[in-house]
Amino acid sequence: MRNECSPSRRSFLSNCLAGAASLVAGGHALPLDAAELASSPTKAKVVVAHDALLRDAGGAVDSRCILNLLDHAMQGLLGADEPVRLWTKIVVPGQLVSVKVNTLGGRGISSNVQLVEAICERLQGAGIKAQQIVIWDRDSTELERAGFRVRTGGNQVQCFGTDHVGYEDELVSHGSVGSRISKILTQRCDVLINVPVLKDHDGAGVTIALKNMYGVIHNPNKYHPNGCDPYIADVNMLPEIRTKLRLTICDATSACYEGGPSFKPEFTWQHNALLVAQDSVALDTIGWQMIERKRAEKGLKTLDAEGRAPRYIATAADAAHRLGTNDPRRITLTEVRLA
Amino acid sequence: MTTNCCSQANGEAPRAEVPAAANSETGRFGFLSAPMNRRSFLMCAMSVGASGSIPHFAESLPAMPLAETEQKQSDAQFAVEARFYDKLPNKKVKCKLCPRGCAVGDKERGYCGVRENRGGVYYTLVHSRVCAAHVDPVEKKPFFHYLPGSLAFSLATAGCNVNCKFCQNWDISQARPEQVSSQYVPPRRVAELALQYHCPTIAYTYSEPTVFSEFVMDAADAGHEAGIRSILVSNGYIQNESLRAVYSRMDAVKIDLKSFSESYYQKIVTGELKPVLDTLVALRKMGKWNEIVYLVVPTLNDSDAEFTGMASWIKANLGTDVPIHFTQFHPDYLLKNLPITPVSTLERARDIAVAEGLHYVYIGNVPGHPAENTYCPQCRRMLVQRTGFEIRQMLIRKGACPFCKQKIPGVWHA
Repeated sequence: MRNECSPSRRSFLSNCLAGAASLVAGGHALPLDAAELASSPTKAKVVVAHDALLRDAGGAVDSRCILNLLDHAMQGLLGADEPVRLWTKIVVPGQLVSVKVNTLGGRGISSNVQLVEAICERLQGAGIKAQQIVIWDRDSTELERAGFRVRTGGNQVQCFGTDHVGYEDELVSHGSVGSRISKILTQRCDVLINVPVLKDHDGAGVTIALKNMYGVIHNPNKYHPNGCDPYIADVNMLPEIRTKLRLTICDATSACYEGGPSFKPEFTWQHNALLVAQDSVALDTIGWQMIERKRAEKGLKTLDAEGRAPRYIATAADAAHRLGTNDPRRITLTEVRLA
Repeated sequence: MTTNCCSQANGEAPRAEVPAAANSETGRFGFLSAPMNRRSFLMCAMSVGASGSIPHFAESLPAMPLAETEQKQSDAQFAVEARFYDKLPNKKVKCKLCPRGCAVGDKERGYCGVRENRGGVYYTLVHSRVCAAHVDPVEKKPFFHYLPGSLAFSLATAGCNVNCKFCQNWDISQARPEQVSSQYVPPRRVAELALQYHCPTIAYTYSEPTVFSEFVMDAADAGHEAGIRSILVSNGYIQNESLRAVYSRMDAVKIDLKSFSESYYQKIVTGELKPVLDTLVALRKMGKWNEIVYLVVPTLNDSDAEFTGMASWIKANLGTDVPIHFTQFHPDYLLKNLPITPVSTLERARDIAVAEGLHYVYIGNVPGHPAENTYCPQCRRMLVQRTGFEIRQMLIRKGACPFCKQKIPGVWHA
């Protein structure tokens, strides 16, 4: 049945606490970056928004419905408000905004194009000019394979890979990591919006928000040993990432519970959900739990039992990193169900 | 100026070690029939100037013309199915090239960054994908006992299977192939270029040849067909099967023994010591000419105990005739907080190795130091006088000391 999306549809805020939302909405002249929020004493907030009727009759994600779901997710995160106004708490006019997607999985399991278009629509509604928005990943070809149209000029939303502009020559380092950073992040971005996909990962356990930042550096292959620990945490500590990352919108419209990160249709399920947070660690913690629940439902061992629990999430939360919290007691989970 | 990469040796790097005068020659790029306007070639060229403060090095030599016109990189052109891997369930593969043994999922790459799983088939992405090429003195590798005074057509692709914190070639060794400028130079073209530039050898160097093994093997075969030998500059971190396949085609191999400590290999190199020692023993059994470089990094691998342990192991397992080069560290990459190795430390290392009984112990990256020379272990007379990469005097005749007739191990003449 065709999904009918409208703002008036009934929504459930099953566990809506003020928490971090009041911090964000509390009258700051400029939006807080994710690092500031993550290090605040307030609980981290993660919103999981579902819409069972997200797709059209052909199974594709419906553009209007995903925009509606995004709006509800953002309202859950930042407090009830008019959808466009919510985004002014994330960006201010004149800023360069980059939307880091994940396109490794091709059309099967990459950041959803309709979702990214919805994000760009809201950014423009908040006063960001189209040409000041860049949708990006490592490689333009991978973007195209995932369904994005590469655009590199004109008064339109830009979309290209780092291969188009390259990496900075100078290394930046933190802890175990020394890398060159994409020039998109260093030169074309004031605000970073992370749009990962909810996926299992054969080495790291899961790949969600934190690991998607591997697409920012030139040498991710060096940082896969030991379940990517502590490398993922160290990459997220790099100043260009830490200071610019303001929001994570995890695409769980389709998600992968086994055999990731590449597309394995037999291990992919249509979850029809978004996870939204400003604390990447908290989001990954919740995302990991979701994957574990799906694995249990399918009769698979836990990631821990398989020897690939994503330990890097705890490392990202430890005293040496403080990128956010993985403590469930400090995470406010808000579920929004549209149906 | 010297370098600290896995192929650090005597400044063995595509940048910084090419002698000074080359950079001052405006014709250097004119020499290139294809303008090397991409990053690594620029780095190579620009850094030539960095060695300008060392006038002792040999006459400048140019970067190589590889193609008639600039080439557009085509991934398909360089992607060749890898030779050393197993297929696993779920489209995964297990790389069998180096001891790391990466299990690589579909669409992912191994640690080296130059091998990719595409639907369960593992590919090398760097076959014939040359990102650096120079004509170097063989002393720069360094080989001191192998065709001294000759030239080596030296090349590299992107990639490395370790991540040394001191690497001075990190801009190519730690890069993915698509991130550095490269040209398509197939094996036969490599052999042609070596002939064209009067190089009796092709040297696989600068980054880590293990990661471009298939290309090494094919280029070596093409070279041998054309009468050109092959020499390898490697970290020795390679599995036995691939070692046999690759090293059997080599005429000489230089191994970087980066430390004699497993913890150093883990923390500084991101590798393991034991497989490197196994490689050295395997080379010995294969009868390949082998020299060893030990980059001395202040405070990290410069203790008397480590020097003694290593020299003792070499004597017991490889014999006293394998040349070892103690080379000077220069701060770079992720290890900029340490000073240049004091010459006194290098001399201490040499004294210890000599006291342990090793016959040919050199000091590298210190042009003009007396320990660059070869001395007869029998009569102590100087047999080869070197300054930097330049041979000042060569007195060895028919592989022996002209004064006391002591046989001097090595390959002295083509």
